Amino acid sequence: MSYRGYEAVIGIEIHVQLSTKTKMFCADSTSFDAGDNENTSPVSVGMPGTLPVVNSKAIEYSIKTGLALGCDIRKKSIFARKNYFYPDLPKGYQISQYDQPICENGSVTFTVDGKEKTVSITRAHMEEDAGKSTHFGEYTLINYNRSGIPLLEVVSGPDIRSPAEAAEYARTIRQIVRYLDVCDGNLEEGSLRCDCNVSVRKLGDPQFGTRVEIKNINSFRFVEKAIEYEIERQIDEVERGGKIIQETRLWDPDKNRTFSMRSKEDAQDYRYFADPDLLPIIVTDSMIEKFRQELPELPIARAKRFETEHALPAYDASVLTIEKDVADYYEETAKGAGNFKASSNWIMTELMRELNSAGKNIKDSPIKPEQLGRMIALIDKGSISGKIAKTVFQGMWDSGKDPEVIIKEKGLVQISDAAAIEKIVDDVLAANAQVVDDHRSGRKKNLFGFFVGAVMKASKGQANPDMVNKILQEKLK
Amino acid sequence: MDLTFATICEIAEAVKTKKISAKEVVVHFQKRIESLDGKLNAFTSRNENAVKDAEMLDARIARGEDVGALAGVPFGIKEMFCTKGQKTTAGSKILENFVPPYDATAVARLKNAGVVVLGKLNQDEFAMGSSNETSFHGAVRNPWDLDRVPGGSSGGSAAAQSARLVVGTLGTDTGGSIRQPASFCGIVGVKPTYGRVSRYGMVAYASSLDQAGPMVSSVKDAALTLEVISGFDPQDGTTSRKQVPQWSQNLNSNMKGLKVGLVKEYLTAEGLDSDVQKTVENAVNELKKMGAEIVEVSVPLTEYAVPVYYLVAASEASSNLSRYDGVKYGFRAEFKNLSAVDLAEFYSQTRGQGFGAEVKRRIMLGTYCLSSGYYDAYYTKAGQVRRLIMEEYLAAFRQCDVILSPVTTAPAFKIGERISDPLTMYLNDIFTTSTNLAGLPGMSVPFGMSKDGLPIGVQLTAAHFEEQKMLNVASALESVSTVKGKHPHVV
Repeated sequence: MSYRGYEAVIGIEIHVQLSTKTKMFCADSTSFDAGDNENTSPVSVGMPGTLPVVNSKAIEYSIKTGLALGCDIRKKSIFARKNYFYPDLPKGYQISQYDQPICENGSVTFTVDGKEKTVSITRAHMEEDAGKSTHFGEYTLINYNRSGIPLLEVVSGPDIRSPAEAAEYARTIRQIVRYLDVCDGNLEEGSLRCDCNVSVRKLGDPQFGTRVEIKNINSFRFVEKAIEYEIERQIDEVERGGKIIQETRLWDPDKNRTFSMRSKEDAQDYRYFADPDLLPIIVTDSMIEKFRQELPELPIARAKRFETEHALPAYDASVLTIEKDVADYYEETAKGAGNFKASSNWIMTELMRELNSAGKNIKDSPIKPEQLGRMIALIDKGSISGKIAKTVFQGMWDSGKDPEVIIKEKGLVQISDAAAIEKIVDDVLAANAQVVDDHRSGRKKNLFGFFVGAVMKASKGQANPDMVNKILQEKLK
Repeated sequence: MDLTFATICEIAEAVKTKKISAKEVVVHFQKRIESLDGKLNAFTSRNENAVKDAEMLDARIARGEDVGALAGVPFGIKEMFCTKGQKTTAGSKILENFVPPYDATAVARLKNAGVVVLGKLNQDEFAMGSSNETSFHGAVRNPWDLDRVPGGSSGGSAAAQSARLVVGTLGTDTGGSIRQPASFCGIVGVKPTYGRVSRYGMVAYASSLDQAGPMVSSVKDAALTLEVISGFDPQDGTTSRKQVPQWSQNLNSNMKGLKVGLVKEYLTAEGLDSDVQKTVENAVNELKKMGAEIVEVSVPLTEYAVPVYYLVAASEASSNLSRYDGVKYGFRAEFKNLSAVDLAEFYSQTRGQGFGAEVKRRIMLGTYCLSSGYYDAYYTKAGQVRRLIMEEYLAAFRQCDVILSPVTTAPAFKIGERISDPLTMYLNDIFTTSTNLAGLPGMSVPFGMSKDGLPIGVQLTAAHFEEQKMLNVASALESVSTVKGKHPHVV
């Protein structure tokens, strides 16, 4: 993609907060809604003599993420200390990984504007989060609830070339970690944090330009906007004959711009060294194999399967697989319904509309997938018409009751008894003798639809339309 | 029973069988502390609840409960160990007001075994020192000669034990901090294999070298105390899951066929005091008489042990001590207008005033070693040499069961004699640091007396997790030690 003859080179670091119940190195809770400093202990506030002990769930989640991103898993990886002073960093160092991260050399593929794009994953390493400082002018308050929460930092190669690709890359990572159930992917609560490295160069130039890191981006829309702004700013700067300074900039969502936070000149020497309190993490082949077996089907593979095995259109397949919960709901529904396309239609239109307007997740839907599946099966069996089904659906949504119950309660069952329909038809024909005459004599054309409508109306929509057609045809001969 | 000179085993037995109450024992030693510690400065704080703790133990014993192997034994605990509800300063101003809400695992295990803690013991600041002169609480005096140092960093533990202000003490050893003061004060000090004793709750100096251990009056007491504090701890990922042997019951002083190694390089060490040399020679002769075989082994890289030790220890310390920043606990510098002070100033004032000179020296040294551009030349290189030193020891232990050596080049020196000359002070650690670098168990057992009437210990080292062999030789030497039955004048 070209911007005034320039090309953007973008790499993204995504901090994935692993959804373990306890912290990376101690048993503190990781709950988001705890009171200030409630989720702390001598270990997480760095009291003298306390020691970190690795949470094995965090290792498992990291390995699973690495496998899903096609990474090599290191058989031996090392925790290192990143030393710097800051009040919300209780030990004066952050436990992270440096030259021997747990995951390396992966890639992820996604589609942007109908084109497939592959971005390399350089590495994914584990680290603990710091606390949170809140400044009040005269003083600062520190909340250590976040201190020690496990993070997996996923670092992409400099392969991204446009803001749209960047946003789609980040969405894809979010989709994958949510599928794996290792992160809730909540950007607003900081469960997923994107730092974007952006540089520009003249098209065709083999050298990278000086890169700028943008932080404080808490939505995918802002990933796009911040990078968009930064590309233009850098090109303006270069065109003006200026130099890009290697620095960290913050995204200001109110002003729609980035501004300088600190330049690399006051960059710190983190004095990384292997943490002597923690033994190397040894990962065996059998562990890797076990975790690989436990991996769920990932979104791209699942969408492919929906297209080939369920014969769904590509659009349906991709919408249904954005969220694992939706895809699970769809498969469960289809199993009960025995009809893939109808299941997809009902979920993508009626159910999504209701969920959106109620602000509900599909997991909290009052209609359970097996109920929806049974309702679709009832349509296919001819027990209810498609039109009646909408009323049944509404009843199910409002009450959470089974479709059969709604049908019974509201008397919506389809009339498929030939004698009963014949009686209705006879009544309709008797009441409309003149029209029957017009039809039979051929004086007026296209009256058949009138009779169908009249019969359906007389049956309150419950008569089986196919049978109504058949019986009318015979009687009107 | 003469309580003052009773062993841990004797007191625990007497308390358990109700021959004496824990309270009587505690009160006896509290009186000794009261009358003698003014001369020694071994205690930094006392446990106000010690009598109450003893009464509770007595009540449990009266109810027929088993209160543990160390029932009613009064202990002093080095300041380096966190003690729940009791000040833990690590000998530093920066922690002058710190009261931990938790016990170090080693302390918790002692308490669970029936120990009554009488108080906290003086030490060099953050265990950085060999003379106990760097402490924020002032120097400790050697009970054998009040003008001399007790050694360090566990100087308070050694002095208190040697003067019998307590029946047992706990020390820590990063480069000799248990063994050297034990030698200077004529007591038994054991640094177990790295990973034997949990480091949880022990203020970290150099994490890959630090180990806790007993500093007591007999080999059997050391073995018993070590049994109590050793073993896997889920709160310390570097502790070993190996089973803890019953060292005290398995003590065996039969030396027949045992191979005792002498390190060739140590025999020719420069500046070795003649009394120390004679003490080691006497120990060799006694062991030979008992049927041990003496073999010469070589650990050539031991020449680099002191510089490697100071590079590794200072590097780790520079990071370990970063948490003392005045933000969360401990000392904070006073500022007239705190909100106008920038963060760098806040840190430099707090840490500048809170740390002593020796600690600052090591933080600077360590920060320098880990800095980009110097890292490979210092930290990486030190790590490589450390690995080679360990391999040399492993090779040596294929030829012998234990290694016998001096603990220090000379007996206890005068207070003030070396404090202004850090390099000479550091060389004091020449025989002790390689044990920590290699993660081996080592101990000091009192064996000879100097012309000036000062005790001299000999050092025993064994292969990883072979504490039993080392304790066995120590117990054989103990039986013929010339320090036996001698006590410091102050007692």
